Amino acid sequence: MPGASAQILRNAWAGPGAPTVDRFRPLLIAAVLALAAASLFFGARSAAAGTGAPGSTAAGFAIEEGLPLSGLRSDDPDERIEAVESIALSGHALAGRVLRAIEDERLVWLEERGWMLLAEGGAAVPPPGAQTVGVNNRVRAALENAQAFLALGDSDVQRRREAASTLEGIEAVRYLEALTAAWQRESDSVVRQALLLAVAKLRLQSPEASLRLEAVRALALAESSAVRRQLQDLLGLDSTGFREPDPQVREAARVALAAMDARLRKFEWIAAAFSGLSLGSVLLLAALGLAITYGLMGVINMAHGEFLMIGAYSTYLVQQLFRRFAGDWIDWYVLAAVPLAFLASALLGIVLERTVLRWLYGRPLETLLSTWGVSLLLIQSCRLLFGAQNVEVENPSWLSGSMALAGDIVIPYNRMAILAFALVVLLGVYTVLQQTRAGLFVRAVTQNRAMASCTGIPTDRVDTLTFGFGCGIAGLGGVALSQLGNVGPDLGQQYIVDSFMVVVLGGVGQLAGTAIAALGLGSVSKILEPFTGAVLAKIMVLLFIIAFIQRRPQGLFALKGRSADA
Amino acid sequence: MKRRSFLTSSAVALSCSSISTAFSQSREAIKVGILHSLSGTMAISETALKETALMTIEQINAKGGVMGRPLEAVVVDPASNWPLFAERARQLISQDKVAAVFGCWTSVSRKSVLPVFKELNHLLFYPVQYEGEELEKNVFYTGAAPNQQAIPATEYLMSKDGGAAKRFFLLGTDYVYPRTTNKILRAFLKSKGVKESDIEEIYTPFGHSDYQTIVANVKKYSAGGKTCVISTINGDSNVPFYKELGNAGLKAKDVPVVAFSVGEEELRGVDTKPLVGHLAAWNYFMSLKNPENDAFIKLYRDYARAKKLPNADKVVTNDPMEATYIGIHMWKQAVEQVKTTEIEKVIDAVGGQKFKAPCGFEVSMDKTNHHLHKPVFIGEVRADGQFNVVWKTKGPLRAQPWSPFIPGNESRQKA
Repeated sequence: MPGASAQILRNAWAGPGAPTVDRFRPLLIAAVLALAAASLFFGARSAAAGTGAPGSTAAGFAIEEGLPLSGLRSDDPDERIEAVESIALSGHALAGRVLRAIEDERLVWLEERGWMLLAEGGAAVPPPGAQTVGVNNRVRAALENAQAFLALGDSDVQRRREAASTLEGIEAVRYLEALTAAWQRESDSVVRQALLLAVAKLRLQSPEASLRLEAVRALALAESSAVRRQLQDLLGLDSTGFREPDPQVREAARVALAAMDARLRKFEWIAAAFSGLSLGSVLLLAALGLAITYGLMGVINMAHGEFLMIGAYSTYLVQQLFRRFAGDWIDWYVLAAVPLAFLASALLGIVLERTVLRWLYGRPLETLLSTWGVSLLLIQSCRLLFGAQNVEVENPSWLSGSMALAGDIVIPYNRMAILAFALVVLLGVYTVLQQTRAGLFVRAVTQNRAMASCTGIPTDRVDTLTFGFGCGIAGLGGVALSQLGNVGPDLGQQYIVDSFMVVVLGGVGQLAGTAIAALGLGSVSKILEPFTGAVLAKIMVLLFIIAFIQRRPQGLFALKGRSADA
Repeated sequence: MKRRSFLTSSAVALSCSSISTAFSQSREAIKVGILHSLSGTMAISETALKETALMTIEQINAKGGVMGRPLEAVVVDPASNWPLFAERARQLISQDKVAAVFGCWTSVSRKSVLPVFKELNHLLFYPVQYEGEELEKNVFYTGAAPNQQAIPATEYLMSKDGGAAKRFFLLGTDYVYPRTTNKILRAFLKSKGVKESDIEEIYTPFGHSDYQTIVANVKKYSAGGKTCVISTINGDSNVPFYKELGNAGLKAKDVPVVAFSVGEEELRGVDTKPLVGHLAAWNYFMSLKNPENDAFIKLYRDYARAKKLPNADKVVTNDPMEATYIGIHMWKQAVEQVKTTEIEKVIDAVGGQKFKAPCGFEVSMDKTNHHLHKPVFIGEVRADGQFNVVWKTKGPLRAQPWSPFIPGNESRQKA
């Protein structure tokens, strides 16, 4: 049986699973580390010497034969791609593992040993002199298709569906026969549909016009831009005339393109509306804290942005803590960061109010200067603590990726979550201010401080707590911002102008105004951007606000209050 | 009362911002100026260059200094404030009497200090890739000119391995470097027969953070033919851009993005797993394997640990850092060659200097155009935030500061 010899795996130096390897792993690692240190020390000399003792360098398989691996060593990416496809089509039991290993740079070539498969999980250090397979974008795409092709044999329907949707972009005709066979034996309708598209896409390259015509008609149902591109290519010209010689096929392609575009247009509108709302929700989260500290209390808080930054850095710290102590729960660090960010910013806000701001009530210019100073102080101390570079805050897996509406029109999960989070925070702030006793005090002090004081409200403490609350909300905004952009010392500076813009436009002292202004500004910028470009859109929004404030200095909504009186 | 205390405190702050560090008391030290923003928006990139400069100076001092005299770094902070760059440069030259200045990152900061260096006839080493269109006797450019970065990268994207791009989405931050580079690229693409309708040029303001519309537009644009994005987005905006790109599922195999201002340092703030395969073009990558680079990386790691820099165990090296390192060494070689720090003589001697650089090649300073001959590498982003070199030039290329793709430059190219 040829398969038997093909599947010979020589357990060359303790393959994974061999009991000896675990016992000796510490020794192995020590040996490898010592070798690595030595090679650093002696430079190139040790590289030649180190290969002499491969037995002590790494855990891995040597693959003897049966797999068409030789092309992988070629300098020509075309040959490497061909080899990858041959591996997938070989039906060899190891094909899947080998393909995965190529992608992770675990398949290495050693002059004296041949091909070697290193153990998974990055535990194995490649022995000196090991050459990995050169992977560039084209090879990576071929690998992806090859792995998807192998996954079609999986018993899990979900995995087959994913694989089939990857294969919609396939271009290598070699798969045609095997894919057609897979399509014929497939039972799941979703997989069948996707495979049909893949087969149709490959048949476009067929020399027979009737097959091409059939393929084009099938492709009219596809939504991906890769397919659209290919259909468009058929209508293009090259040196000999139309790229597609048959007029019937061209006509069918034209019809298919029109049908595709009509379907996508509707979803484009949804995506555009969503991006407006999403930008609005970011603005809302950035500005909501300010709506309380500036809007309700009248404190021109130039350090507002830095409270956003503190919220974002709290998220970063929580992420680091989870990474170190609770790796299994890392996906949920964002949830843990929410209360912590609130507390950290609120505490700092309270300290700021107690030590600086309470002496400056009623003196807006001094407040502005001192909070600006505080903001510089916070930025620079952050630089000293965490460095001037941005820190990395990773989206947890449930916030990565996106929901596909149709074809390539997608809505990212993190933006959806932030929109929802903004609404929850808005609702929370509204409830606290309107439905609780503390909120009643805040409103009373805002509207008439003297009268509130007469009725026994501790206005001093209310001021402190309100400011702390506003800063805490800013901290929550920081958590959300950390999921979208930079987390660095300058994070706050990017949002301070936008925040004031939103609060002023919405009407100082009005939550509803802030919410509507934020969502409105977001939508307007997103509507303008495709026509004018981002730079001009920003300028037009600013001009619009200037014009609007000229006509209506009190903003969208106006309320009588401490700030309105002043 | 208040005003006076404000004035005193700001005076104290100003005098503190120029910190001189003396390394040695022996023989009269040679002072060199380091002009990089340590605060403000550019601190993210420029802080590492200051550290590299200090490290290089420490290394030179440990080996006996220059002509037996130790170097003394005078570090000033122009705070990402362009006019302040000129002020600080003047201070370094007239007051601190430095022998040379290493500094600047953005083109606008370089343009702001140029008149000072010309007026006082002094010496600046500029370590960052830039748009060209400049040639000053007082400046040595150790970063890449467009033909050492942008043009080869675009050629690669048009090649089969780069994805055989037919449509080009030029995306940049709105200031002089991206605009000039894109002007050159547009002319270059036209010379290659690319139609006007297949080139899209989009700019965003500095610090732009919402890339939803742009990423959606890139996707839409790519439906009309194989598309690539050429990004000259600078600074902080890169993180939101790449996050949006990752979440929108725009993969490198469909629409590759090549960036000219994104290196190892910038990727530290991003989760790179969704970005695998996107490209960057530089003259140096940390992942290059050669003895000079190993030594350079080790030197910087040890320095970071010894100085307890934030995240010292995770520091990375990048192209402008290498260029800073080369610049200081070339200046040292030139000074030792002419045995004086006299500006005129040093300027004459820097041209023609050779140095075995961490990029793995012996790079040399051009005698006539003051730009380095540099090799070009194109790297794909790996999951660990490093770059995998997929294309490189056979050897160092001579810089063309006056791009042949900008009309009116023909007469200047001889320089």
